[in-house]
Amino acid sequence: MVDFSILDLLDLDLKEHNHLQLTCIAGRSGLSRKLTNSKISRPGLPLSGFFDAFSHESIQVFGRGEQEYLKKLEDEDNLASLERLFSYPIPTCIFCDGGRPSLRFIEMAERSGCSVLQTGLGSADFSRGLIQMLDEIFATTLTIHGVLVEVYGIGVLITGESGVGKSETALELIERGHRLISDDTVKLRNISDTYLIGSGENPMLAHHMEIRGIGILNLANLFGVGSIRDKKQVQLLVHLEEWDSNKNYDRVGEELYETLLGIAVPKLEIPVKPGRNVPIIIETAARNERLKKLGYYSAKEFDQSVLKWLESESARNLYYNNEETF
Amino acid sequence: MVVREVEVLNRAGIHARPAALIVKIANKFSSNLYMEKDRMKINGKSIMGIITLGAAYKSRLTISTDGPDEEEAADAIEQLFLNRFEE
Repeated sequence: MVDFSILDLLDLDLKEHNHLQLTCIAGRSGLSRKLTNSKISRPGLPLSGFFDAFSHESIQVFGRGEQEYLKKLEDEDNLASLERLFSYPIPTCIFCDGGRPSLRFIEMAERSGCSVLQTGLGSADFSRGLIQMLDEIFATTLTIHGVLVEVYGIGVLITGESGVGKSETALELIERGHRLISDDTVKLRNISDTYLIGSGENPMLAHHMEIRGIGILNLANLFGVGSIRDKKQVQLLVHLEEWDSNKNYDRVGEELYETLLGIAVPKLEIPVKPGRNVPIIIETAARNERLKKLGYYSAKEFDQSVLKWLESESARNLYYNNEETF
Repeated sequence: MVVREVEVLNRAGIHARPAALIVKIANKFSSNLYMEKDRMKINGKSIMGIITLGAAYKSRLTISTDGPDEEEAADAIEQLFLNRFEE
C-alpha cells in the first residue's frame, strides 16, 4: 500500500506549482494522518445525520452547500452530527471557495486530531484536480527493465535482454534530438485504467545511463535539459531481441499488443544484428504510430490499394478478354 | 527459482562499486538475477537498476535467481553480501 499522509499532499501540491492552492488552517497535528484511497467525500448527508455508507476513510470536501449548512446547524446549536463526524478517523477536512470554518468547528477538529485545510478554488474545480492527483498517487505500479524515450512525441518503451543494446539505441535516439525519460528501470503507473504513465523509479538518480565501456553518464548535463523528460505516456513497446533466423518477424504490419497492468499497448518485435540501424527503425515506427493516431494505417492502405488495383486489372482483362490486344 | 534473503553489511551501502561487482558476478551465470527491496524489483544484471534500489547499510533485500545455474548464482551473490563486497 502507498504510504501517503496529508502532509505529503500539501508538499506535493507545492511541487506541482500549488495548483490546488491548499493551506493548512488548523489541526496541524492531524497532518500525519494517512490517506488510504483516492476517493473524496462530500459530507452533506452525514451532516444531516445520515451515516450509513459514510466513507470516513476519504477526504471530506466542504463546498459552499456544506458550509452554509454548517452555519445553519451552528445557529440552531445542533452540532451532534458534526461531533459524530469527527468521531471517525477522517483523513482531513477541506474548505473550498476560501471558506473559513467557525471557531467551534476548528476546536472540534483539533480535539479529534483532524487537520483542516482550505483552498481558494471552487469545489468542482478543486475536486477534479484533487482526484486527478490522487489517481496518480494510488495508481497500481509496475517496475520493468527497459528504457523509456520520447520519439516525435510518442512514448516508446524499449525492452529486451541485458546486453541487447537498449541503452545504446536510446543514446543514438537522444543524439538525434529525442528525449530520455528513464534508463534501465521504468516505473509504470496505470492511470484510471485508460493509459500508462512511465517515469524513473528514483527522481534523485534520474536521467543517468550506463553504457558499457564508458560507465555512468549524466544525460541532462551531456545533452542539455531539452533531451530529458520526467514522465511520459507509454504509447508503443519495442522489444529488441537477438536475430533468430528460425523466427518469423512481422513483414506486413500486423498489429501486436502486449498488456501491461491491464492496459493493451501496441508492440513491435525488432530483431537486432550487427549493421542493423535500430534507432532509425524506432523513429520510423514512432512516425507510423503518429500516422495511425491520425487514422492512416500504412499497411492497411497499402493492402486496399493492392486490392483495388487487382480488381481494376481483372475488370480490364474481362473487358478486353485478351491481354495481347493492348 | 532460488530465493534468498540478504542484508547489506558494508557501511556505505550499495553504491556504484558494489553494484558493478554484483553485475560482474551475475553476468558469469546464464541465470537471471532479480533483486527486490520495498516492493521494487529490478534486474540484477543492470548497474543502474541496482543503484536505484537505494540499498543502504543494514537494509534487507530479497535476491532470486532463475535459470540452469540458479543455485550457483544465488550462492555467489549471497557470498558477495556476506563478504561486504570486499570492502
